[in-house]
Amino acid sequence: MSAGAPAGAAGTARPGIVGARVQRREDPRLLTGRGSYTDDRKAAGAVHVAFCRSDRAHARIAGIDAAQARQAPGVLGVFTAEDIAAVARPIRATSNMPDYRATEFAPLARGKVRHVGEPVAAVVAGDRYLAEDAAALVAVDYDPLPDITDPEEALADRVLLHEDAGTNLIAAREFARGDVDGAMTGAALVVEDRFRIRRKTPAAIENRCYLAEYDAGRQALTLHGSTQVPGLLRDALAEIFDLPGHRLRVVAPDVGGGFGAKASLYPEEVVVCALAMRLGRPVKWTGDRMEDLTATSQAFDEIVRAKLALDADGRMVGLEADVIGDIGAYSIYPWTASLEPVQVVSFLPGPYRIAAYRGRVRAVATSKTPTGPYRGVGRPVSTFVMERLVDMAARRLALDPAEIRARNLVRDEEFPYKAGSGIVWDRAGFQDCLRMALDRFGYAERRAEQAAARGDGRSVGIGIASYAELTGIGSRISAAPGMPINTGTERATIEIDSTGAVTAAFGIASHGQGLETTLAQIVAEELGVRVEDVDIVHGDSAAVAHSTGTYASRSIVLAGGAATLSARSLREQVVKAASHILEAAETDIEMRDGVVSVAGTDASITLRELARAFYTEMRRIPKEARESLDLSASATYDPFFGTTTAATHIAEVEIDPQTFGVAVRRYVVAEDCGRVVNPMIVDGQVHGGVAQGIGAALLEEVVHDDSGQILTGSFVDYVVPSAAEIPDIEAVHLDTESPSTLGGYRGMGEGGTIGAPAAVANAVADALSGLDIQINELPVTPERLFRLIRNTEGNEGEPRHGF
Amino acid sequence: MERTSIALTVNGVRHERKVEPRRLLSDFLREDLGLTGTHVGCEHGVCGACTVLLDGDSARSCLTFAVQCDGASVRTVEGLGEIGALHPLQESFRRHHALQCGFCTPGMLMTALDLLAKYPLATDEEIRAGLSGNLCRCTGYANIVAAVREAAAARGDDRP
Repeated sequence: MSAGAPAGAAGTARPGIVGARVQRREDPRLLTGRGSYTDDRKAAGAVHVAFCRSDRAHARIAGIDAAQARQAPGVLGVFTAEDIAAVARPIRATSNMPDYRATEFAPLARGKVRHVGEPVAAVVAGDRYLAEDAAALVAVDYDPLPDITDPEEALADRVLLHEDAGTNLIAAREFARGDVDGAMTGAALVVEDRFRIRRKTPAAIENRCYLAEYDAGRQALTLHGSTQVPGLLRDALAEIFDLPGHRLRVVAPDVGGGFGAKASLYPEEVVVCALAMRLGRPVKWTGDRMEDLTATSQAFDEIVRAKLALDADGRMVGLEADVIGDIGAYSIYPWTASLEPVQVVSFLPGPYRIAAYRGRVRAVATSKTPTGPYRGVGRPVSTFVMERLVDMAARRLALDPAEIRARNLVRDEEFPYKAGSGIVWDRAGFQDCLRMALDRFGYAERRAEQAAARGDGRSVGIGIASYAELTGIGSRISAAPGMPINTGTERATIEIDSTGAVTAAFGIASHGQGLETTLAQIVAEELGVRVEDVDIVHGDSAAVAHSTGTYASRSIVLAGGAATLSARSLREQVVKAASHILEAAETDIEMRDGVVSVAGTDASITLRELARAFYTEMRRIPKEARESLDLSASATYDPFFGTTTAATHIAEVEIDPQTFGVAVRRYVVAEDCGRVVNPMIVDGQVHGGVAQGIGAALLEEVVHDDSGQILTGSFVDYVVPSAAEIPDIEAVHLDTESPSTLGGYRGMGEGGTIGAPAAVANAVADALSGLDIQINELPVTPERLFRLIRNTEGNEGEPRHGF
Repeated sequence: MERTSIALTVNGVRHERKVEPRRLLSDFLREDLGLTGTHVGCEHGVCGACTVLLDGDSARSCLTFAVQCDGASVRTVEGLGEIGALHPLQESFRRHHALQCGFCTPGMLMTALDLLAKYPLATDEEIRAGLSGNLCRCTGYANIVAAVREAAAARGDDRP
């Protein structure tokens, strides 16, 4: 079969289920409070863990006195590093990337603590209140060590965070193509700056929560948890505890958002499993928001020095970048600390035609919370830097920001296009997205209105950002550099049981994306049944033999591909069975809405009747024929390289001259996510992604003081945007099938967050274009903007109205 | 720790329990009554996920002690519609795709009910201001605003 052929092309599947605005299957339970999130789950005899966490950024543990905690009411035990090390193998995120140094992380701190919030001791008690009371009684004696908070200073290695690594430089890499030095020297214009994006945290509204249950009779461990990656965790925990997979099951029930924060292995997961086996009772940990803000993986913390060279016509000729990634205290499993910083240099050339590129990256350990995947991974940073450079160049060349992009975006006839970092762009609507976004925005009219507003003294700005990303990546490319696990395949098993019910099982784990609905749409269309006839099993490591989970905009491409392959194969089996039952040629069998019929006749049976004939009424199909049939089909899909998704975002902002607050007035996204399964869900993903990107641009910042103390340990201090800060977002879709994936899907879960920081930053810069200031640091909070503006005005007192 | 007797009505059902004075209403609802539809997102009163109606007014159950609710009437998301018979506001949320992961949704619904009962909600700005004490990390809010806008319009003569 040809990849990307429309499902209806065979003339068999019912057209129109894929692409329809189908209401979500998940909604009724979630709307009525009948969902089942991990913390909702009750286990008989469960006990609770509370963690005693480090209040130091960097210190040697001289002693732990748990005597008082052990005497506290309801306490079953207090456990430290040695207790866990006795049953769990050490954890190291390995990589075959050269110049990478794997660092061990112990589930409970061993010898040293390396960030505020690191778990030091686990206190188990009958309920959460008592466990937390007792955790406060654990006395840890710390010998302070010098703090390592500034990533540039950490590079000097005066103080080491991981002595066994011998350096704080955990990973380094360089990409180069073409004569960058020549391009810089010969260019008509070189724009350059030092850019800084401040640390963010994903902040899913559900805090992390885990419940481990050990069945001593079967010697089997089950972990329910708020995770995006149940299969990946099962495989990791099987190694850590040396258990076979059939005695270790990881289940992600309803999960309250992830955004990457729930896509890694966490110390708390290992601890609850170890303690459930040791105590022979279910062990639960429910994290609170302060724990989330100090001990869930953080992201987007880079310093980027970058230069862009252009010819006199505004054509890009060379790009050079030096990236320092502040990766925090540990290299997270399995992605490693190189994940985000390397992605920044990989994607920095963006969707543009640039002959010469040199990108260098250094990932540096600091005494802060470990970083990990967060929606967009690296690309929000690379897009911010590149798109600022593009606007800086446009201004110097007196070109419109839209025009300079049109001149440089890779054109349709140039695909596949190999970028300077080695990334190969698959055919996608780079130019089309720019045109569609400008059209929808009403760019020319809005520029005229902006000029009028400026005439009235108002600070209105318009910002454009274009980007491209790799999505749905297959086995040829690793989701993180050199990582020793396979993230390039997903598996599906679809079964028709003896009642005629269709169950499709996957290893991916939906946590807001609506995959119970969209995968049911794909199965229904390919199989020839109604959406409501298909039950989707997901988020369970026992559902399929191998899976990693839901992250990296991969689930519709990979699980959708596996669904398509297995549904097609199951359909063949149904047709064969029906040809015996209905005594007709296979070519005459049709299946629609769950009814199997013979073309041109009124002979038909329901799927329920067919299943009964196959499983129960043993004379309906001859034995030999029956034994060669199976109303179950499994398939694994591997997109091999994956595909490309592109978009252009346009933001309009206005800056309040009194408060320096930036209000986003209007926002348009034109994006190419390939074939759309459910437009309602696609729009929702775009809205949510953009909202997080606006937060990253304007509000959100994890702040540490010089001693590594985290100053943003609550939602009062870490400001997540509310309904009052996010405008309505208009999304337009190119809806062109990817040439490289089965079904033509491209991933699209992260894009909103990739484009928005850049578009908003460019809009703010545009609003302030009358001043000689640079928007090179995000978030542009009111305080940061105030300082920036006041400093350029030479401390002359209050900034003038309209700046 | 000493326990105090309380009696309160939750979704029309009377409950008499003994609770520690420090027990949060959110934990009382979730753990003691098994009403896990009320979610806890921050435990410091910012995110709004735990919002319930307390004697008809929206309240943060993570900042309310169960003992404060002695004699009170509490309404939680379980007191709205059922699967197969959703409340009109729940229907509107579904139609407008106003939820993704669903974790903030019970709090959003209870806050919106309170707003719909008390305020004109004549403009999106007013709806957005009313919802600004409830954080959602998935939807970008536009579809929630649309769902509440539709529910406000459907009030007809009941408009405050």
